[in-house]
Amino acid sequence: MTPTAIVMMVVAILTVWGGLVAAAVNLFRRPDQSMGDELPDTPSST
Amino acid sequence: MTTTPQRATPEIFSSRNLFILAAIGSAVGLGNIWRFPYVAYTNGGGAFLIPYLVALLSAGIPLLFFDYAIGHRYRGSAPLALRRLGGRATEALGWWQVLVCFVIGIYYAAIVAWAGMYMIYSFNKAWGDDPGAFLFGSFLEAPDSPGIGFDFVPQVLIPMVLVWVVTIAVLALGVNKGVARANLIFMPLLVVMFLVLVLQSLFLPGAVDGLNTFFTPDWAALGNPGVWAAAYSQIFFSLSVGFGIMITYSSYLKKKTDLTGSGLVVGFANSSFELLAGIGVFAALGFMAASAGVGINEVAAGGLGLAFVAFPTIISEAPLGSLMGVLFFGSLVSAGLTSMISIIEVVIAGVRDKLDLTKPQATLVVGIPMALISITMLGSTTGVYFLDITDEFVNKLGILAGAFALVVAVGWVVRKVGVLQRHLDQHSSFPAGRLFTVVIGIVVPVILGYILITELVTKITEPYGGFPTWMLGTFGWGMAIAILLTGIGLSFLPWRRRVDLGFDEDHNEHNQRPEGVTR
Repeated sequence: MTPTAIVMMVVAILTVWGGLVAAAVNLFRRPDQSMGDELPDTPSST
Repeated sequence: MTTTPQRATPEIFSSRNLFILAAIGSAVGLGNIWRFPYVAYTNGGGAFLIPYLVALLSAGIPLLFFDYAIGHRYRGSAPLALRRLGGRATEALGWWQVLVCFVIGIYYAAIVAWAGMYMIYSFNKAWGDDPGAFLFGSFLEAPDSPGIGFDFVPQVLIPMVLVWVVTIAVLALGVNKGVARANLIFMPLLVVMFLVLVLQSLFLPGAVDGLNTFFTPDWAALGNPGVWAAAYSQIFFSLSVGFGIMITYSSYLKKKTDLTGSGLVVGFANSSFELLAGIGVFAALGFMAASAGVGINEVAAGGLGLAFVAFPTIISEAPLGSLMGVLFFGSLVSAGLTSMISIIEVVIAGVRDKLDLTKPQATLVVGIPMALISITMLGSTTGVYFLDITDEFVNKLGILAGAFALVVAVGWVVRKVGVLQRHLDQHSSFPAGRLFTVVIGIVVPVILGYILITELVTKITEPYGGFPTWMLGTFGWGMAIAILLTGIGLSFLPWRRRVDLGFDEDHNEHNQRPEGVTR
């Protein structure tokens, strides 16, 4: 592959897939507060 | 106190992660595989990464947050949630979104069905030497000139019935036993199949040239507003925002959910998959060009042409082609099914809420008529023409126009972006903050407005696809206007007794009581 193309591919992978990893780490670092929830008091609809 | 009759199990995702999986399943669909690679290639190649990321961060993810906030706070299908947010006018926008989903669901089933058949055709490469002729001829049996007819095509009709049966069954089972479980099966399957496919493509001769072509940046493209518009369009259409899906899914979440944290994962997961698709598709196209002895620009394609003409050609020539075919078309089926499920859910949820039906009742009330219309319009020889026009117009004048109207309505008419922002920040890891308010209030309307106007101008000056005026008038413009007017009409239909349309913005289940207050 040409050097420029390789660079762009690596940058794309790092930013996009890296972004996913960062977002997942951010999400899972805190406990899921909703797990302790009782079912919410829905204003009634089925 | 009214006596509440026997209630079906409330529909709540038993875990936030199942919601995220379902949201990703909805977002990752056919467009990730066949639209993104071609759009990126024709809009700067490697350089497209920049407008794409800017669009993801400045519009895509904020719009995800916007949809999540509405669904989660007002806890209803799109029409119900929007009614609670802003009254009848915004309820009409919710119905518009429901009708957009109705229209999309009608033809989407056909594409999933075609992909399913091509999975089978991959075994003996039934398309022969001329996949294009096979597609329109032996497979779809489409007449040369566009029109509407009702000669049925068994090899399309039968798989469509199957697609509808599966979709309806999954949805009737509800959010946990149906939707969540289906995503738990199809999403990992999709990832595995697609990864193997990409690996297989990377080892084909000529793959490297494909990758070079895809990633080589054309920096001049960044000066072209059309490229930026293309990036915003791609993100917008890819993420399943703006037509009720994310509102509906997030209405099934428990109270203290980290909405922004979830949204970031969904947004980046969707983009991660598209990037992978770009790599795999262009590696395969590189092989195709090398085999044919032509330049990649001659074989590069998107959409139906890529999936049903280019890929069959590649499958015929590649080593272990049949495997590749099963993996590729199997991926389309998996991605398509999980998206289809989310689309139909929007319609079912709207009907369930308005008519106060149980989920299984609403599923049949919606699913059976939709399946019949879908099979009638698309299971015939002229299905592909109907699909082409309807898809183009519902995307541009349904999804895009509807999202623009909603963002303007919430931001400027009802003025509740601040309310949504505070709602998001309540339990979220990543602060939406002032930036969210500015983006939704100003940036997104301007960009969506610009794209919408450009699209309208193009459609008015050039008849789309060269189709006859009567067809464009009926299935294009006519359909678009009809769903808007019907949406308004539905907002005047009374809700069944038991549904609570009120929502007290100041005193509601989401408010946290300050410490010390005992009342």
